[in-house]
Amino acid sequence: MIEVKDIYKIYKLGDQEVHALDGVSITIRDGEMVSIMGPSGSGKSTLMAILGCLDIPTSGAYYIDGEEVEKMSEDQLANLRAHKIGFVFQQFNLLPRTSALENVMLPLQYDGLNTKLRIEKAKEALEIVGLAERMYHHPNQLSGGQQQRVAIARALVNEPAILLADEPTGNLDSRTGAEIIAMFQKLHKERHQTVVYVTHDSFTARHTERVIHLADGQVKREEIIADPLVAGVSHRPEDNNGYGKAVHVESKKKEKRA
Amino acid sequence: MNLMVNIRVALRALRSNMLRSFLTVLGIVIGVAAVVALLGVGRGATASITDRVAGMGSNLVSISAQMRFGPGGSGSSASLLFEDYEMIQANVDGIASVSPIYTSQLTVSSSTRTSYYSISGVTPNYLDVRSYEIAQGRFISEEDYLANKQVAVLGSTVAEDIFEGLNPIGRKLKIKSVEFTVIGVFAESGSSGGMSSGDEIIIVPLSTGYAKLFGSSAMSNGQQTLSTIYISAASAETVDQVISDCELILRSDHALTLSEDLPFSVSSQAQALETLSEVSGTLTAFLGAIAAISLLVGGIGIMNIELVSVTERTREIGLRKAVGATRKAILVQFLIETLTLAILGGVIGVFVGSLIALIFTWTGIITAKITFDVIALAFFSAVFIGLFFGLYPAYQASKLRPIEALRYK
Repeated sequence: MIEVKDIYKIYKLGDQEVHALDGVSITIRDGEMVSIMGPSGSGKSTLMAILGCLDIPTSGAYYIDGEEVEKMSEDQLANLRAHKIGFVFQQFNLLPRTSALENVMLPLQYDGLNTKLRIEKAKEALEIVGLAERMYHHPNQLSGGQQQRVAIARALVNEPAILLADEPTGNLDSRTGAEIIAMFQKLHKERHQTVVYVTHDSFTARHTERVIHLADGQVKREEIIADPLVAGVSHRPEDNNGYGKAVHVESKKKEKRA
Repeated sequence: MNLMVNIRVALRALRSNMLRSFLTVLGIVIGVAAVVALLGVGRGATASITDRVAGMGSNLVSISAQMRFGPGGSGSSASLLFEDYEMIQANVDGIASVSPIYTSQLTVSSSTRTSYYSISGVTPNYLDVRSYEIAQGRFISEEDYLANKQVAVLGSTVAEDIFEGLNPIGRKLKIKSVEFTVIGVFAESGSSGGMSSGDEIIIVPLSTGYAKLFGSSAMSNGQQTLSTIYISAASAETVDQVISDCELILRSDHALTLSEDLPFSVSSQAQALETLSEVSGTLTAFLGAIAAISLLVGGIGIMNIELVSVTERTREIGLRKAVGATRKAILVQFLIETLTLAILGGVIGVFVGSLIALIFTWTGIITAKITFDVIALAFFSAVFIGLFFGLYPAYQASKLRPIEALRYK
């Protein structure tokens, strides 16, 4: 179980203080599938980094399975990242010039397991994401969706209690994105994997049981989805109506970039 | 987390980045090889010069007139006299041999060509003080000397120039307009480190020279003059005594008081050697500077390669930390990586540098001299530079929080 209490993350920009997180409290129970949604700048990625122990909050308390994260040493944090948390990034973050198999083996390298066992576990993880037949391919020989699946396999290989994903579909087209979400839904359903992912897209968010809406570094509301959408089956509504304002803000931004 | 795991992680990282690993090694190889080769060749050159001078015999003392351009503007220089030679021979103890020489530039003509050569008039004991070897024929004999015979011994280059490969023994040549017969040729001696080379001289009996060649330019106030007197001291211990005795005799001969400057230089080969070793010290320092520059250039090469990969590696470090690597694991990985590359490059560099030095030796340009200190200097500086620039950025990156390292641009 993850418990965050009154977390602040404050950056200093010159003499100005920016509150990326402004008193956030959330709880995520074991076996839950939750999405955190908000427009860009809402602090959702910052929150995710803190949940993944990749960053530390300016103040506030964070408990994983009852243990207080702030009180942990560097090495204890590393151990936590290795065994409790699997993290999936928007940019995949695979090592270049390194095969899918070896990328998946990366978290195991620091465990002192023998090579045979490590290869076995990595292969298993690649099978779960359906990439066993491409395990010797390098990242540049894989599509974006496949790279993200390798990254998910890497996050799963140590059988973490919590799978965290920061905009996992952000760099993918909608069809490939749906495949990734379907993967999370499958893991959740079949293995009771705790999954938390961040998205700016309300359609993607509604594939989970609970949506935490974040804006200006604060939790605005929590929404229970009684009947989550099914990835690859449910269709995105034409006008996105009823899914909140965030979608419009983001889509306008995308147009600008294009 | 044991060491084997660390080594495995590091070697895996090196293997998956072959090009970067290769370039880093190359940078170190160039740095080390340049220093080893340069210092090896430089030290070899210095040693060969010193050896050659030492080979002339440290017992040799030479006396020659010093050109003096006094404040009076007279430009007068005292002349070394044949009489001085006789006085030294008669009065100085601890001498093995004394040989007077008069040298002049004169025209030499054979049937086909005419050119200037350095003509030295010497006594038959000349070879006691100068280590020339006769390749063909014989040297000037006592009989030649006493009878003012018109005979000449040629340096190897002179013989080649004048007779163009024909056997010179018994052939005639004209010095000024006086006909001489060639009785001997010196063996090739090579350049002798700034001393007049034996390959380009013509030797005649001093008596013949005074009588028929040198004329009035070899006379001063009616007395025969000399260019140089070579003295071979009986032993290295008597050299200093011989020098001071000669100076005393020269003063009395030329009626000089002790307060006046001696217009002659009386110096031993040992002194020349001392000067030369100062020169060679300067040379070594100069070579050291060149080596330092090549090490610097090599070091910058190493540094560049390693710093260029910092961005990518910072993100790699962020990722490794994100999936559970401890800071110590990261540092040990980079330490092993850079150590492997630096030592590999250092070893190859020592071999390549030695090979270059050996090529110099084989081709006969210079006998290179590679010593352990040169190898150690080159190796350890390169390894140190490699380690520093490989480890420092990794150390910095490992201090970042994973999310900061991952976002590093």
